[in-house]
Amino acid sequence: MQLTLGPVLYHWSPERWRDFYYRMADEAQIDVVVVGETVCSKRAPFKQDYLPAVIERLEGAGKRVLHASLILVSLPRERRQTRELMQVAEAEVEINDLTCLASLGERPFAVGPFVNVYNEAAAGFLAARGATRICLPPELPLPAVAAIAAAVPQLAIEVFAFGKVPLAISARCYHARAHRLTKDNCRFVCENDPDGMSVKTLDGAGFLSVNGVQTLSDSCASLLCDLPALGRAGVASLRLSPQCCDMVAVARLFRDVVDERIDPREAEGRLGEIYPEVPFSNGFLHGAPGHNRIDAGGGRPGELR
Amino acid sequence: MELICPAGTPASLEAAVEAGADAVYCGFRDETNARNFPGLNFSREELRKSIAFAHRRGVKVLVAINTFARAGSFGLWQAAIDDAVAAGADALILADLATLDYAARHHPAQRLHVSVQAGAANPDAIRFYVESFGARRVVLPRVLNVAEIASIVRESACETEVFVFGGLCVMEEGRCSLSSYATGKSPNMNGVCSPASHVAYAEREGQIVSTLGGFTINSFGKDESAGYPTLCKGRFVTPKSSGYIFEEPVSLDAAVMLPALRDAGVTAFKIEGRQRGRAYIAEVVRSFRRILAEIDQGRSAPPAGLAAMAEGQASTVGAYRKSWR
Amino acid sequence: MPEPETTGSRVTPPRLPQWLSRAMEPLPLAPLQPVLALMLARIGRAHPDLYDRLGEHAEKRFGLDPTDLPFSFVLEPRPGRPLVRAVRVLPGGLDASIRGPLAGLIGMAEGTLDGDALFFSRVLWVEGDVAASLALRNAIDDARIDFGKVLLGGLGPVGARLAEVARARMRTLPGVGGQPWN
Repeated sequence: MQLTLGPVLYHWSPERWRDFYYRMADEAQIDVVVVGETVCSKRAPFKQDYLPAVIERLEGAGKRVLHASLILVSLPRERRQTRELMQVAEAEVEINDLTCLASLGERPFAVGPFVNVYNEAAAGFLAARGATRICLPPELPLPAVAAIAAAVPQLAIEVFAFGKVPLAISARCYHARAHRLTKDNCRFVCENDPDGMSVKTLDGAGFLSVNGVQTLSDSCASLLCDLPALGRAGVASLRLSPQCCDMVAVARLFRDVVDERIDPREAEGRLGEIYPEVPFSNGFLHGAPGHNRIDAGGGRPGELR
Repeated sequence: MELICPAGTPASLEAAVEAGADAVYCGFRDETNARNFPGLNFSREELRKSIAFAHRRGVKVLVAINTFARAGSFGLWQAAIDDAVAAGADALILADLATLDYAARHHPAQRLHVSVQAGAANPDAIRFYVESFGARRVVLPRVLNVAEIASIVRESACETEVFVFGGLCVMEEGRCSLSSYATGKSPNMNGVCSPASHVAYAEREGQIVSTLGGFTINSFGKDESAGYPTLCKGRFVTPKSSGYIFEEPVSLDAAVMLPALRDAGVTAFKIEGRQRGRAYIAEVVRSFRRILAEIDQGRSAPPAGLAAMAEGQASTVGAYRKSWR
Repeated sequence: MPEPETTGSRVTPPRLPQWLSRAMEPLPLAPLQPVLALMLARIGRAHPDLYDRLGEHAEKRFGLDPTDLPFSFVLEPRPGRPLVRAVRVLPGGLDASIRGPLAGLIGMAEGTLDGDALFFSRVLWVEGDVAASLALRNAIDDARIDFGKVLLGGLGPVGARLAEVARARMRTLPGVGGQPWN
């Protein structure tokens, strides 16, 4: 089982972003690293200058680097950026929108979790077009994951295993809206919330987080307790999505559970120390509401035995 | 300019035809369509009869099979496609690569429309659907302004259809799991958003409180207009603001944008609302028929005057005007 | 927060005059029951498709509460053995209840008023199982029952008067109701 570090979804300062990747390159036991701005095209220029050095450091440390495309492509500038990315011959891309297929040509590619692959036929279609790996949409339940992995064995199937779950993308910027700014004049207020801006219900219950035009969950996905079942389902890779916590430690914990050096439940306890005060969830994988945390045995904790 | 109207039941389909629809869209009574609501939609027999009725009146019927097929159960979606073709559907509205690929291979003569759920938001994405599946029309997501639509039309080798009235998704369609995060049921997989089965209303301190899957979504004063209990139109709290942080309970009314959308080269105007009653269908369709006739005669587009039909009794032109963003 | 660009006037619920409600208060409900049962059986036979649309919700117990009448109805659609009865106060243990002025309930049932629009304007309100209420609304909307006639015709002279008043009030409503929006 491989570990993939997903792209940083938040607007981190360029230096923080660079240093994060340097550390991951040097210290984390990660097989694949996805880089690039996927959420907001306005943020991309900030990272551009550091990108070559980050890639060099990651590749130098033996990591396979994938270049992620934008999730929602509507402006001419975004189309151009996407097309250019697809035509960089030496870069292996992870597509987050089918827009990419129009300019990708015959090259092999990876598919990110924002492309709607819900079944084996869609996965097979993309495999025939040159897809080599697919990170499935986070809302897919385990039987669907297993059916896809079994039907298209030539694909490396990945699931979203750690991080606040990306739930929606919009043309409207909710960070700007909350600050009473327009999207065009947003002053990049999203940089103030490197782990997302919390959205609570009127009762004060944690519910969602806002990351510019993207909406994520308040809870953090953790499939630690589900790793044995994912292995049986033929999953080839686990995606860890960067949050404001020690991602090297997160990766080590997942690696240890995959290699059966540590019990999954004990690991989840430790995960709570690495990323404290954030509830964990795995409901989607169990066909339940995504925010639920369900014991790997099938029932909720407490219902079991 | 075609007027595309919703129908959740055969009675609504007839109401839409009577009110002047050029085409009616509808779906089967199962999870193959994105309005899989209790008591709605068509049996195979109802669809056959309704298509025959519409065709006698010169009206087209477009069948929406626009959810994403469940892995391991693709047969249900294949059967829906085969049966819709056999029933004489004028077009199929599809979103999933799997259903598009199947329909294009097995029914090459069938007209295919790319559903709004596919989220094809630019000419490159549209080109992919045209080249891969021979798509003849794309329903554009509700995230584009008129200038962007005009540029898409100029560059695209297929027709375009845009929503002009009704429910307004503020997130890009087909890429939203907010509903399943709260309830386990999603538009993509189950054809429902914020399903009624997970909604509850309670009275608390003189306010009506709506909850979805246990999360409080809104709290209304006694005399305040209500909306659907959808997540993206609820009241929430952030460190910077509280209230309708995504969107107010409001629905789309782009009647005043019709001339601009026509000039942009849009082929068809679509009314949302397969979940609504006959009264809504009849009134909204009649109203838009009248507005289109006025525009045809060179008069300016009057507002639809349908605010009473709207969610929260309020309407917006949404993303068609750039300031919405 | 930016405000929506247009806001319509609210739908004003047409309500029966209070004298009528008061006049009906002392009336016994017992004579109503067989009439209601007969009407329901007739509807069930004439519109078998109703049950396909109701699906699992056909077995549920619905409360229909015309807020401007001194009594309410309990409806159990159950295929083959439907049940409806008039009650002074809705009992506990119902799966769902729909409340609103009689004209609103009838207009929705007949398809002349849109249920969602009535809900948005807070004329109608739903409690309990929202999915069951929706299924019932959609099934009835498709069946095109002349509900006012069936329901109120059975009430004798008072019913006829009620129907007349309700209709007269509804006629003042353009589409969903209320004053013209502008």
